[in-house]
Amino acid sequence: MRTRLAVLLVGTALTFGMTISAVAQDKVTDKNVKIGVLTDLSGLYADLGGEGSVVAAEMAADDSGLKAKGWKIDVISADHQNKPDVGAGIARRWIDTDKVDIIADVPNSGVALAVNNIVKEKNNILLDSGAGSSELTNTQCTPNTIHFTYDTYMLAQSTGGAMVKAGGDTWFFITADYAFGHALENDTTAVVKANGGKVLGSVKAPLGTADFSSYLLQAQASKAKVIGLANAGGDTTNSIKQAAEFGIVKGGQKLAGLLMFISDVHSLGLNVAQGLNLSETFYWDTNDQTRAFSKRFSERLKTHAMPTMVHAGVYAGLLHYFKALEALGGNPHDGAKVVAKMKEMPTDDPLFGKGVIRIDGRAIHPAFLFEVKTPAESKGPWDLYKLIGTTPGDQAFRPLSESKCPLVKH
Amino acid sequence: MSINLQALSAQLLVGLINGSFYALLSLGLAVIFGMLNIINFAHGAVYMMGAFCAYFLLNIFGIGYWPALIIAPVLVGIFGMVMERTMLKWLAGLDNLYGLLLTFGLALIIQGVFQNYFGSSGLPYAIPDELQGGINLGFMFLPIYRGWVIVCSLVVCLATWYLIERTRLGAYLRAATENPTLVRAFGINVPRMITLTYGLGVGLAALAGVLSAPINQVRPLMGADLIIVVFAVVVIGGMGSIMGSIVTGFALGVIEGLTKYFYPEASNTVVFVLMVLVLLVKPTGLTGRAV
Repeated sequence: MRTRLAVLLVGTALTFGMTISAVAQDKVTDKNVKIGVLTDLSGLYADLGGEGSVVAAEMAADDSGLKAKGWKIDVISADHQNKPDVGAGIARRWIDTDKVDIIADVPNSGVALAVNNIVKEKNNILLDSGAGSSELTNTQCTPNTIHFTYDTYMLAQSTGGAMVKAGGDTWFFITADYAFGHALENDTTAVVKANGGKVLGSVKAPLGTADFSSYLLQAQASKAKVIGLANAGGDTTNSIKQAAEFGIVKGGQKLAGLLMFISDVHSLGLNVAQGLNLSETFYWDTNDQTRAFSKRFSERLKTHAMPTMVHAGVYAGLLHYFKALEALGGNPHDGAKVVAKMKEMPTDDPLFGKGVIRIDGRAIHPAFLFEVKTPAESKGPWDLYKLIGTTPGDQAFRPLSESKCPLVKH
Repeated sequence: MSINLQALSAQLLVGLINGSFYALLSLGLAVIFGMLNIINFAHGAVYMMGAFCAYFLLNIFGIGYWPALIIAPVLVGIFGMVMERTMLKWLAGLDNLYGLLLTFGLALIIQGVFQNYFGSSGLPYAIPDELQGGINLGFMFLPIYRGWVIVCSLVVCLATWYLIERTRLGAYLRAATENPTLVRAFGINVPRMITLTYGLGVGLAALAGVLSAPINQVRPLMGADLIIVVFAVVVIGGMGSIMGSIVTGFALGVIEGLTKYFYPEASNTVVFVLMVLVLLVKPTGLTGRAV
């Protein structure tokens, strides 16, 4: 009886103590940070984000130098399975019960838009690297979201613009049937029209389609000069592989992989992918700093792949986040306050170089137009790109003058 | 909407090609369900293993596509037989649900292991040189490889049907399903026959995997994406009916192809809508016998 009473007392005391400290954590600036990497760990985007994004977040925590200064940084991760409801559920649980301070990566625009609303409602932070939809910093912008790596507007400007200027003035789209695909098709259509081109048609293919031959035949029949692939990951690689089979490129039509990652090109192999134009904001073999980072990264990753731009964005975005926390003198556990600080400070990191984060949450850095090397040009399994053009940051992304973001004062 | 006859015939042909895969896979499922009464959820995983097997044979041992067409199904079939001997055997006589859960769990483990080592984007596998290129049929450009897939799958499907419905071995097999004790009394080794049958079903899935390797990327999840549709095919055709699953496989490929032309957004649901309709009207499937 006496022991039971004692246990009860200790238990009550502990619960009480914990409640107090939990409440205290919400209010007081301290040196604890919890990062939640919400990504696709099992589906078609697992190679471009996935485990690599978790590794990138851990590397950022290690490289920030904060741990040596007495900070405690935890990185947790979860699989959103490319389902907005699953992703939203995890985000709510992380913020409400796990006290996560920042949600990073979130590929798949459908999931990202859902999480975007939740972080605003709960004054948390979304540091998005993997999603593409430019709406995240346009109509859907919030004081709590930063979109770091790339977006559909940039892809449309860089790849789309280059192809129209090279004579590809009629287009047919094969579009992934969800938020990202639609955004990419719309943004590219605008660029094609602005450059005097015409869109002859488009077809919406469900996400995760294995066989694209029906859609490719429709694209072939349209006689458009360029077939724009407004999809990503496994959908893009399957379309390109099957387009080669149906003799589409040999027949004189050009393929535009509007969003391709180095993981896709590596997976396709140079025999199929050679000559394709694509846009990225990061390539591992750009300079000594990117090479050094990529070497360390691939050593830590189970598949030993080189980092994609999404992985690089998770790393660089979090480094900037840590700098902002340090400048604030601790973690205030106040999403909007930290984001405001991140926008105030210029970005400067080894992977993307110098840049800024605009008022709408858009991180600004240059976009590179690459051409995939031929097998003869490539010197190793990851020697895949040659640089053919660079768009400066201020031209690569949607100018604030065209923005529909409520945070932007016109 | 104006209907372009050329485009329509092209879509029909493309549908037939996809139907070939549905037919091969649902055939294996039907054989396993009909003879062993196991709902084999690991079917997508063994299909994927067939494709990976072809990739390994080529990249590690330098063995090309044609030998792989035989070797990969045999190897994966042996893997299936080991699975049957060591695990599925113990579930004989229990409710279907146990077999379903076990095979589903196995599928998750197999896919997880492959994904851990090979990632999700997949590996490239080239079309064999003999089948490169295509023929212009007037209404469409038919890649020779796709033509080969239709022919190969038709031949294999019909041969399997013949083996089970028209030969003495098939007769034993069907008899063993009806009354194992009696068939054993005639001196036939029923457990071994069941193991071989499971191996055959799994081998058919692996064959489909090898056939699809040059068309799709060789990916750990290639089977998981397909297996649900294939189950719908089997349900529509009638669980356990051999000819039913072959015909339904091809037919649904064509219907899906037409949907991709007329209303692409619905192309990944049309099969399930059909399944619901068939189940409402004829719960045993189109060719299924009442249980």
